Amino acid sequence: MFRKSMLSLGIMFTWFALAQEPMSTEKAVLTHAPDVPPAITRTQPAKVVVEVETTEVIKRLADGVDYTFWTFGGKVPGPFIRVREGDLVEFHLSNHPNSKMPHNIDLHAVTGPGGGAASSFTTPGHSSQFSFKARNPGLYVYHCATAPVGMHIANGMYGLILVQPEVPMPAVDREYYVMQSEFYTEGAYGEEGLQPFSMKKALTEIPDYVVFNGSVGALAGDNAITANVGETVRLYVGNGGPNLISSFHLIGEIFDSVYTEGGVLANQHQVQTTLVPAGGSAIAEFKLEVPGTFILVDHSIFRAFNKGAIGMLKVSGPEDLTVYSGKQADTVYLAEGGAIQTVPAADKPELPTTMTKSEKLAFGDRLYKANCLACHQSEGQGIPAAFPPLAKSDFITVDDERTIGVVVNGLQGEITVNNHKFNSVMPAMQLTDLEIASVLTFVKNSWGNTGGEITSDQVAKVRAKPAANTQPQEH
Amino acid sequence: MIQLFLINLIAFADPEIASENLSKGMVLVPAGQYLPLYRSTDQQASWVPAFKLDRYPVTNAEFLEFVKASGNWRKSAVPALFADEHYLSHWANDLEPNPEGIDQLQSPVTHISWFAAKAYCASKGKRLPTVAEWERAAQIGFSQFDGHNEAGFYDKLLAWYGKPTPQVLPAVGLSKSNVLGIYDMHGLVWEWTQDFQSALVTGESRGDSAIERTLFCGGGAVGASDFKNYAAFMRFAYRSSLQANYAVASLGCRCAEGVEDEN
Repeated sequence: MFRKSMLSLGIMFTWFALAQEPMSTEKAVLTHAPDVPPAITRTQPAKVVVEVETTEVIKRLADGVDYTFWTFGGKVPGPFIRVREGDLVEFHLSNHPNSKMPHNIDLHAVTGPGGGAASSFTTPGHSSQFSFKARNPGLYVYHCATAPVGMHIANGMYGLILVQPEVPMPAVDREYYVMQSEFYTEGAYGEEGLQPFSMKKALTEIPDYVVFNGSVGALAGDNAITANVGETVRLYVGNGGPNLISSFHLIGEIFDSVYTEGGVLANQHQVQTTLVPAGGSAIAEFKLEVPGTFILVDHSIFRAFNKGAIGMLKVSGPEDLTVYSGKQADTVYLAEGGAIQTVPAADKPELPTTMTKSEKLAFGDRLYKANCLACHQSEGQGIPAAFPPLAKSDFITVDDERTIGVVVNGLQGEITVNNHKFNSVMPAMQLTDLEIASVLTFVKNSWGNTGGEITSDQVAKVRAKPAANTQPQEH
Repeated sequence: MIQLFLINLIAFADPEIASENLSKGMVLVPAGQYLPLYRSTDQQASWVPAFKLDRYPVTNAEFLEFVKASGNWRKSAVPALFADEHYLSHWANDLEPNPEGIDQLQSPVTHISWFAAKAYCASKGKRLPTVAEWERAAQIGFSQFDGHNEAGFYDKLLAWYGKPTPQVLPAVGLSKSNVLGIYDMHGLVWEWTQDFQSALVTGESRGDSAIERTLFCGGGAVGASDFKNYAAFMRFAYRSSLQANYAVASLGCRCAEGVEDEN
């Protein structure tokens, strides 16, 4: 009897096992910020093997400033882990033999005491393994939870794990990984050298550094994230803390959708600034309409401009002037009863009324540096799309009278220089005829321009004419 | 506090104790109280009887003599049960602690298991210090007996954790000693203790069940006595990550000896 029922049980199990698709096994693709692993296209759960190493390394926190980071995977933040709802995650945590500290990992995506911390507690030179079922979809923070937890997090041990929902989120063109955190250093912001951790500042929650992706500038300049006009971007935003809540904001864009606190519902639309709690996350999506550089900040704004919380998204593509015109006018604003402000004559040194060409070149060089260099740059190269070049400029060679007119009267509206269109404003320069003659003579004889000389008389003649030809037409 | 201070004075004043301090490279630590970082609610402080503690951590040179004298503790001979594969992995070979171009004879020995450390101390007629003894010695300051009251004491301790382990450890005895003349309790290596895994066991099994045993996240702070003593959190967390056969890069030892119960 007993044997019979055992047999039938056995048969049932065999049948059950056969009916189930055998779970496939794969190794998780891990990426460092700002990159995100590719979306998972599987429709069935799999066993996913994740291998992460903890290390303690000295790295750059800001220019000239180093810090001993405790890391997952050698960098701050730790690698982005992507799994799918229902996956069985087999986690291997290895602690580098040179580590001084034991480490572990508490994944907020784990259901169970400590989020895996106890099971992954690892002495230097050892590896731990544990497994968990990714039951809850969403974007979760993971961090080291070895006592004293505050210090392990403060030194850089955090990252994000995305449990992709069974019903996938809408496809987007680009996904990026941005993680904010703060660092508490003995020295003040920018103080050079290897900076030790300051427990005092950590306890009082006054950091000197608030950064995106682990260091000042990690998401700016050459490290900026990029996209094209017309594309939809999804940011997976985490906040490692250890203490501060982020007022996450993208200057010049509005988040079309935000999955607040990293849940799976795009539950809010048209969001300007979204809160990202310490040890929490948010997902922000937006479509890009216009090109330019968009600045990511913690809009608790002193953190951005004084402590490093600045990132950049560089968007290329065609302008759409109906969405954003750029600067349309810059006119002199005269307050009531005011007048053109001029430097009192007494402060000006006596100037000769005529100069030789070589005197003009030397004088013009000084005047150029004082009046023109800020926009047109030291070698007359200008700034693309903003200020036209004066070097090898076809605009200058064509017509001296027009050139003089620009300096005397200013210029605004669209012009073409060396086949590039510029649409900005140059103010009328408050310079004497001789000064203008000198600076233009200097320009005409510099940076590959064709040479020549401008006289004070030419300038005086232009000045006497009405200025209409250099002003934009009224409509 | 006053009691500690008096004991301290006596320890310095007594010529017999002072001479004892100089012998056998050991220092007498007077009896006194030790406040554990983790303790049950009814237990406030532990009384630690007087004991002697090595002035310096055990060096590679000293450990080499031990290895030479007892064949079982050579790298190639030790069973995995007593020391894992990292055992003496910083040594060139069984009887040569210095790899090519490196002199680490006077540096503290590391990569030794608890079993090896215990055997070493036994070979000297000593034993490993208990956690209570080690922690009591670790609380002694650099300029005054009680480090808790010394300005910057914890910061000094913490500084070590912010620096990665150097490829070759410095020699022992280079940093400032504590007021009893014990060197390198902090800032050089971790050290084995006799009962390294017992931080959370009170001996009262029914009491134990109410203690939050996990040293992780919030649990790490439950029941702690001094939240600012991050260095102590580090040590307790570190010890609880160990197994007796582990040999780890920055983990060495020094030996102790009882005063009353010598036999």
